[in-house]
Amino acid sequence: MQALLTESFLVSLLFGAVTAGLPLLLAGLGEQISEKAGVLNIGLEGMMLVGAYTGFVATYHTGSFWLGFLAGGAGGMSAALIVLLLCIRRGLNQIVIGISITLGAEGLTSLLHFVQFSRSYPRLAAAPVVVLPALGDIPILGKGLFSHSPLVYLTVILVATLTWVFRSTYFGLSLEAAGNTPAALDAAGVDVVRTRSCAVMCTGFLAGLGGAYMANVGAGIFVPFITSGAGVIGIVLAMLARGRPLMVMIGAALFGASLAMTTALQVAGIDIPTDVVQMLPFAVVMAVLVLFGRHSMLPPALGTPYVRGER
Amino acid sequence: MSIVAALSKVTKRYPGTVALDAVSLEFRAGEVHVLLGENGAGKSTLVSLLAGMQQPDEGAILVGGQTVRIDSPRRSMDLGIGAVFQRVLLVPSLTVIENLMLGGSWLRRLAREPALRRFGELAQLLGTHIDPDAPVSGLSLGEQQQVEIMRALWRDEKLLLLDEPTSMLTSHGVADLGRSMRRLRDQGVALILITHKLLEAFEFGDRISVLRLGCVAGEIAPQRLQAMSEAQRTETIIRMMFGIGVGGEGGPADGHEAELAILLGHKIHGPAIIDRARPPVLSVREASTAADYTETPLHEVSFDLWPGEVLGIAGVDGNGQKHLAEMLAGQRGVRSGLLRLGDADITHGHVPERRQRGVRYVTDDRLGEGTVGKFPVATNLVLKEVGASPWWRHGFTNWDLIHRHAREQIKSNDIRTPSELTPVNHLSGGNVQKVLLARELDAHAAVAILNKPTYGLDLHNQRLALDRIGAAAARGVALIVISTDLDELIEISDRIGVMFQGRLAGIVDNDDRAADIIRRLMTGAATV
Ligand SMILES: Nc1ncnc2c1ncn2[C@@H]1O[C@H](COP(=O)(O)OP(=O)(O)OP(=O)(O)O)[C@@H](O)[C@H]1O
Ligand SMILES: [Mg+2]
Repeated sequence: MQALLTESFLVSLLFGAVTAGLPLLLAGLGEQISEKAGVLNIGLEGMMLVGAYTGFVATYHTGSFWLGFLAGGAGGMSAALIVLLLCIRRGLNQIVIGISITLGAEGLTSLLHFVQFSRSYPRLAAAPVVVLPALGDIPILGKGLFSHSPLVYLTVILVATLTWVFRSTYFGLSLEAAGNTPAALDAAGVDVVRTRSCAVMCTGFLAGLGGAYMANVGAGIFVPFITSGAGVIGIVLAMLARGRPLMVMIGAALFGASLAMTTALQVAGIDIPTDVVQMLPFAVVMAVLVLFGRHSMLPPALGTPYVRGER
Repeated sequence: MSIVAALSKVTKRYPGTVALDAVSLEFRAGEVHVLLGENGAGKSTLVSLLAGMQQPDEGAILVGGQTVRIDSPRRSMDLGIGAVFQRVLLVPSLTVIENLMLGGSWLRRLAREPALRRFGELAQLLGTHIDPDAPVSGLSLGEQQQVEIMRALWRDEKLLLLDEPTSMLTSHGVADLGRSMRRLRDQGVALILITHKLLEAFEFGDRISVLRLGCVAGEIAPQRLQAMSEAQRTETIIRMMFGIGVGGEGGPADGHEAELAILLGHKIHGPAIIDRARPPVLSVREASTAADYTETPLHEVSFDLWPGEVLGIAGVDGNGQKHLAEMLAGQRGVRSGLLRLGDADITHGHVPERRQRGVRYVTDDRLGEGTVGKFPVATNLVLKEVGASPWWRHGFTNWDLIHRHAREQIKSNDIRTPSELTPVNHLSGGNVQKVLLARELDAHAAVAILNKPTYGLDLHNQRLALDRIGAAAARGVALIVISTDLDELIEISDRIGVMFQGRLAGIVDNDDRAADIIRRLMTGAATV
């Protein structure tokens, strides 16, 4: 047990929690925007995967991490475009389309990766890190929490921004109305399809960004199905957060920590079978669902297409 | 007076129906134009065309003399048209002021101050006292209606469409709305008011148009309207509404004259002779329900009900009527008290058990809870018996039987539908109600609870519904009829109970003095 309290263990746990939690946070925030507007993105995993792939390829070829993030966001948006066209505009079933997006993205990214790199898995250079002034000098916390990719700090700002957007902008009101009583939004003169389209494109961008971070910063390589369930956890986070971005962040931190525990324990050489340790995040998912599942409050119009004048 | 908007030979078709058939109408500034017509006449369709919810198939809409294409609600607002739809269209999870701000441009910050100022102006104009920061889910239906009117007037609209705004209001709420409408009219706004109540039409309307089967059946201009007595107006309008010719001209069938007499009103179910020495079919003893935060719970309600009796339940909406209906139907548990049906204790019996024993329930939420909108009429007619014989045998559906049953019911209940396979949400409100009544007042019914059975129904359908209730009582079914319309209860009930703040404030025999006592009980001013 001594090993658990050493500085190196705690730093690697905190650092790992942030690294593993950030993609969940980005995807969860993205999904939250859509769910508010009444769109369920079961394909969140697929959007992350496409983002991870496009982000990795962009950084691999240009060496720029910023371009990688942008490309990841764009990749996620391209997957979201399918939801926009088929589900929001044509009213097809969101669950069916969502599952196909995830399955399709899995196959497509693996295939493209194989065509380009065959069976080799090239590794990127380490991602640049920004140490926050003053905060970075705090023992343990400094190295664990305040020495990360700039994207981490931007995402924290995003959490605050989204909280504000949801509560005090016209766009936030429109999102809430689109998920709650779309006909009322329409009657107020705001196009429901347009509102939901914007929401889904935001989701795609954030999920893709999360995927790119996962590949480029978290892992440094791309392997097929690299997201391994992160999108699903993102959906769970959004559903449990009751529309509050801060709750997504807390949830992402929790899951990030349990994911990081897996590696941290191995690094510390604790003698627990790895299979047990790797089960931890999923045990946490189940425990959270059992404990808080009944508290989730979903928008009444979630998953239902809107057709003007339909009765 | 200047014409604000006009329809010129407008036609709108839906699969299987022509909702509007070459309709031409003109709406003038400073005038309340009442639209009357049976259920399914096309009134709401007309509203949705002007509000940009639907597009006409043929014909032109003119606003301010120009032909316009209203292809979205936003366009309609830009043209100065505001609408209050038949269904409440507000976001319950947002506050009043947030609902009113919904239309703002995404690129700008929420402008609360100007919105509150506008809210203040409109509140004064309409004479309302609503807290702008209250969540809409906590408002009464009347208040929600006022908020919808505010939204419709938010941008100084010149034409205001009101689709059955009074159907859920008590007489007090209707009077408030009437005052608001007069103020707007005096400001030069053109108003279109849709209602099924003739008295409201006479009281608030300057001009009356009648739609029938999608066509304009007639129009009464202000001067002519003023020159007529109330009896003349009523008869003229009913003849227009139901296509009954005037005696002598072309010799209408006698059946029509008889129908006219029915529509003009006669007592359907006089107080029956009920043998109260026999045991009651339903006994409720000190039943209470648990509070939930939107609806008033019941508090120690007791009464007996005998076979063939109609017990009316009066009271201002929201005084526990919903809990009473749901508790009797088995949808809501009792916290304490006792319910007996015949010899059986059904206090804790659930819906299927009670239904099997003959308890029937017609909800006031026809499209939400009463029917599955996407299912055809035929399926909805056996909805509460899904899986039971004879419709289902050994897990197989007997569609032939279900459809045959549906065709019989459609015929005997005069349900107007293109076919038994039409989804029930394509029917007009009155016809959905006929489906519900046909299903619930079947041969095996012993006790039926009807919540606001005539709301939203036209005169004819109101009569039919009340007739069916009377006929069921004559067959020995015991009925509980909940309504906010006291006149209607007086017409059909044997006894009338009054709900006030979750208690049954009293039950009175339906005699000449009943109305006065009930009015006092309704306000909590007296007890029996
Ligand atoms: N979206 C729709 N799809 C199919 N049919 C429709 C639709 N909307 C209306 N209809 C049909 O058009 C006709 C006119 O309906 P409308 O709602 O305008 O009647 P209404 O006069 O408002 O009746 P009510 O008094 O019951 O409200 C009805 O026969 C109805 O079944
Ligand atoms: Mg209507």
